[in-house]
Amino acid sequence: MSEHQSTYVPRTAFERWMDTRLPIIRFGADYMSLPTPKNLNYWYTFGAILTICLMVQIITGVVLAMHYVPNTEMAFASVERIMRDVNGGWLIRYVHSNGASMFFIAVYIHMLRGLYYGSYKAPREMIWIVGCVIFFLLIATAFLGYVLPWGQMSFHGAVVITNLIGSIPVIGGSILTWLQGGPAIDNATLNRFFSLHYLLPFVIFGCVVLHVWALHTAGQNNPVGILIPKDRVAKDTVPFHPYYTVKDGFALILFLIMFAAFVFFMPNALGHADNSIPANPLVTPAHIVPEWYLLPFYAMFGSIAVLFILPWLDTSRVRSMRYRPTMRVFFYIFVVNAFVLGLCGAMLPDAPVIGEFKTFMLIDGDLNSYLWLGRLATLYYFAFFLVILPMVGLRETPLPIPQSISEPVLGGPAAMPAGAPAQPETRG
Amino acid sequence: MTLSFGKTAPVKSILIPLIAAAGLALVAPAAQAAGEAKKPRDIAFSFEGPFGTFDQGQLQRGYKVYREVCAACHSMNLLSFRNLAEDGGPFWDPHVSNPNENRFVRVLAAEFEIADIDSETGEPIRRPGTPADAFPDPYPNATAAAAGNGGAVPPDLSVMAKARKGGADYIYSLLSGYQPAPAGLRIAPGQHYNPYMPGDLTPFWEGDHDKVPYGGFIAMAQPLRDGQVTYDDDAPETIDQYSRDVAAFIAWASDPKATERKRTGIAVLAYLAIFAGLTYASYRQIWRNVKH
Repeated sequence: MSEHQSTYVPRTAFERWMDTRLPIIRFGADYMSLPTPKNLNYWYTFGAILTICLMVQIITGVVLAMHYVPNTEMAFASVERIMRDVNGGWLIRYVHSNGASMFFIAVYIHMLRGLYYGSYKAPREMIWIVGCVIFFLLIATAFLGYVLPWGQMSFHGAVVITNLIGSIPVIGGSILTWLQGGPAIDNATLNRFFSLHYLLPFVIFGCVVLHVWALHTAGQNNPVGILIPKDRVAKDTVPFHPYYTVKDGFALILFLIMFAAFVFFMPNALGHADNSIPANPLVTPAHIVPEWYLLPFYAMFGSIAVLFILPWLDTSRVRSMRYRPTMRVFFYIFVVNAFVLGLCGAMLPDAPVIGEFKTFMLIDGDLNSYLWLGRLATLYYFAFFLVILPMVGLRETPLPIPQSISEPVLGGPAAMPAGAPAQPETRG
Repeated sequence: MTLSFGKTAPVKSILIPLIAAAGLALVAPAAQAAGEAKKPRDIAFSFEGPFGTFDQGQLQRGYKVYREVCAACHSMNLLSFRNLAEDGGPFWDPHVSNPNENRFVRVLAAEFEIADIDSETGEPIRRPGTPADAFPDPYPNATAAAAGNGGAVPPDLSVMAKARKGGADYIYSLLSGYQPAPAGLRIAPGQHYNPYMPGDLTPFWEGDHDKVPYGGFIAMAQPLRDGQVTYDDDAPETIDQYSRDVAAFIAWASDPKATERKRTGIAVLAYLAIFAGLTYASYRQIWRNVKH
């Protein structure tokens, strides 16, 4: 944490020499001995998992770039050639393409964990905001990368997404031409998308450094959601290594087992068959859908912005939803709602949701349609952040929260003093 | 007004109907609407499942069907003859590690004439194929392919099993599923009815509006006939068998490393399982004195 004193003692002459010139060994040692709350559960292991995801994507991506040809005539065949003729190429390519999906699975769990335990609240707003920047960059990188194999879905997905920018009044058309490098998606677009797809992961890496820096400055949140009092640091924390390296390591291996199951046994399960058809601007696929991880946002564009101001939307002083039974219900609905939005993004808007029957027309669509399910789910998404979080925080009665991390571990809730204050900081 | 919520009761009372509704929403699209293709028949192919491998005899028969029937119109640009002799391929010989030296494939490649440039004179020539050559294209360009097929370019078959929902099952179903068009369906000249072809027949259907037939129109006429290709083993020479074999061949061609991939996957999963066990034991050991 911020007051964490360095405990590193250089032992060898070389370490002492380094320590007065470039204290990089001290930095690493302090990093590994960081006092970490001892009650972090497995939901907290996804930070480490995401670091590995980023490294895997960068390493496999650098190798793929050695064989990939960013040219509209050759891109599709070059990707197939990687999988057929490059030694181990099928493995590298499938790790990279499935890795994107794994990255998003981990990111969504990581974000929902932050949402549930109130990790975005003071003093951790900057961790959350940098995290939102990383999420935005991830979406951009994944989109750019999906265009590179130059399949049907790559091409027409790029057309749909860039045209969203083109619909901005007055200046949209010029921006669109500038972005595409010409009047339409073509070779110039593919070349710049490849360039940016190679660049952005390193920008993400830089943001991850800021994210971890902010984390080490503000200190880690924990499932109880309280700041650890200074006099209890020794009792309530453990050094990051070996306690959390081994716990993160175990979770990481379980995650890799799922990752491997996809890569080796169903490598195309998360993709779309149309992307195995080379891009043809003259033939539009029947239904253009993005990769699964963007489906909730495809259903309701422009919903990422609200995430940035989340720290100031939540009015509750209690961080962890463990002690907020009311908010917890809305959180679970939010999770289900996210899946519903994903489903709506995948479906045709006019398709009926339940059965085959029609109900009645509401404005411009039948009520029993994905159009209206999507609209209602979008309404909930925004209401969750803009109405429910501020309102419930002001009106709910949270459960008593323990004074320290050790209390619920050692004594259980019964050991807490009767009538313990619901919130240490009372509001006027 | 104050909002007063119980401690845990609302969680269940709200969540259960919600999950039920979400479940219903997921199940509901299974009902087939008008304007859809028939679901492909599920064939028990030898290469399915985590331990499945390609049946070499079936791949050889499938190659023969492709070579004698499909290759007249369909290219397979991503394949070379040497691929046929690679590990897991139709003519893989475990005693010949270099596919270019495989005697079957050398003969098969030499059956084709390949356009080339004479290295001495620079004149265009035609020479017999070698294992290093790509499968030759039946048409010089896409325009010629379209002109020869009523305006529809026959799609390249290299990755067809990956490029269609249903994969090999779909290819098998489409090839063996041709049937006479139902009465009341208007078919344009050069088009054919197939219940497995994606499409929407509603605008062409003159019958009962609630009973629009499955499927769509396909420019390819039924390509296979019983007894059309002579098999060198005891496999029946029927449309059904030809369709199965060529579907298996295309599945192999779409993903020639599938066997190697699954074999590696078993080893990787076994390694990770042992690694997970050891790491969990270390975790328990390291945390044994920490109450958390």
